[in-house]
Amino acid sequence: MQPTADIDPRTRPLAGAAPAETAAPARRGWRLRREWVQAWLLLAPALILLFAFTHLPAIQTVIDSFWSTPRGRRPAAFVGLANYARLLEDPIFIRAMVNNAIYAAITIPASIALALVMALFVHGRLFGLGFVRMAYFTPTVLPLIAVANIWLFFYLPGIGLFDQIRGIFGLPARNWVGQPATALYAVMMVTIWSQAGFFMIFYLAALQTIPQSLREAAALEGASRWTFFRRVTWPLIMPTTLFISVNATINAFRTVDHIFVMTQGGPNNASMLLLYYIYEQGFRFWDTAYAATLTVVMVTILAVVGIGQFFLLDRRTHYR
Amino acid sequence: MSTLAHHEGPFDRALFVAGAWTLAIVWLLPLAYAAWTAIHPPAFVARFELFAPLTAENFVRAWNAAPFGRYYINTILLVTMILAAQLVLCTLAAFAFARLEFPGRNVLFALVLMQLMVMPDILIVRNYATMSALGLLDTILAIGLPYFASGFAIFLLRQTFKTVPRELDEAARVEGCSLLGVLWRVYVPLARPTILAFGLVSVSHHWNNFIWPLIVTSSVNTRPLTVGLSIFATTDSGVEWSVINAATLITSGPLLIGFLLFQRQFIQNFMRAGIK
Repeated sequence: MQPTADIDPRTRPLAGAAPAETAAPARRGWRLRREWVQAWLLLAPALILLFAFTHLPAIQTVIDSFWSTPRGRRPAAFVGLANYARLLEDPIFIRAMVNNAIYAAITIPASIALALVMALFVHGRLFGLGFVRMAYFTPTVLPLIAVANIWLFFYLPGIGLFDQIRGIFGLPARNWVGQPATALYAVMMVTIWSQAGFFMIFYLAALQTIPQSLREAAALEGASRWTFFRRVTWPLIMPTTLFISVNATINAFRTVDHIFVMTQGGPNNASMLLLYYIYEQGFRFWDTAYAATLTVVMVTILAVVGIGQFFLLDRRTHYR
Repeated sequence: MSTLAHHEGPFDRALFVAGAWTLAIVWLLPLAYAAWTAIHPPAFVARFELFAPLTAENFVRAWNAAPFGRYYINTILLVTMILAAQLVLCTLAAFAFARLEFPGRNVLFALVLMQLMVMPDILIVRNYATMSALGLLDTILAIGLPYFASGFAIFLLRQTFKTVPRELDEAARVEGCSLLGVLWRVYVPLARPTILAFGLVSVSHHWNNFIWPLIVTSSVNTRPLTVGLSIFATTDSGVEWSVINAATLITSGPLLIGFLLFQRQFIQNFMRAGIK
């Protein structure tokens, strides 16, 4: 903590009496450096892999976005902002951005609201608590690919349970996934179903930290369940809500597994999302430069979310 | 407790329970419907009769129609390899961040946290090029490699290591324990709940991961279950739904059964891994 104290000249005469103490500054310096080397050796394997597959590719992606895609004998050429100009004129990219915005605007609040309702239901006493909690959480355990298959079947025109229930009320069969008007919303249902139970866990954890004394005090005051929720629970679980919001936002951009099974971005790009478009450009059309440009957009969005989180959440000293 | 704390009548209570149960049943419907068709003959796909004959035929047909056995082995190899690598690499790194003083610590830790936002999942184009350059395309190693250094694991373990009392650490050193000895004998045993929690999250995440494995694999010998299932369900359009549903349950079976058996621990561990 105070290395300067040891080499203070005024302590010299005293220290001179004991040889062990004169050696102290030198040894401390050596030990300190040994600790550095130890730390770097411990960190090296993880950090090398981290840089190799996260930081360097992110930087390389930005560089790639200023070059053209090498094709055949034609090598990559520097094209400046041409790829970005193409972005702005690409109707499918704009469609994907709009879709992703709608997708985020609906799935995030819906998942959070449902997660909170679920947590309130299974927090405390309830008949059949174990079963109910299991029912809420089970979709989270399934692979999203499997979930998508299950829902594709659920939506099946005529045969699927969805249409069968509509049939009871005399409504006609509809192709939910195959129509541009409903495809994106059909996909959103799947997202909400698969993630609400996961977010419930965070709320459950937060609800358990609310002191029992507050409940008792509220009961003495004669506060209703709703008042208690609005005045006590909701403000206290606010950090959790923010944390879940950030996670849900990231998920809204990074999780598109179900698109592969259900719609492939169609029909007519009605359910095209940004990451799926990156995949399509990068691995169907092999236009790697354009895919890199799209990835830059994606990284920018996630970085903004990250910075936002830093400012919103850091007051609670999450990273201390 | 809540009946004590709040003024509510039996009517409120009934409404509350009914709401909880309705949501639970609605939430289980899609899965229950898929399970129904998987265990009944195709004739009962859309007919609900309580005493419809049960059958394992769909599972047998699904299992024989695609190399699910091989996919299983691939997925198990994959999740085991990722978890082992993550635990070793991230424990070492987290220990350095938690207990050692060295220049660049804060900057490096900030770089680690950045991975929580910008994860390998979205850098697929560039990472594919890297794997291609390394000659690793279509290997199980290539599926796992980008996830070995997990920012989340480093963060989680660092937080846990920081709660270990310094006195224990110093006592072990006085006894002549080396740095790695202290880590292994003091820190790792105390962090066991966190390690278990992270292990569950990691295994279920990588069991379910799809896009990156889809991109880097191109043969039966490397494809994990999720990729195998997607190929099975989309290319063979002639396959009956009852068989596809059986295949869907086959791929998610172990996680589902594991979850149902250890539900309480599962949820508690997810909670532990989630609390920051």
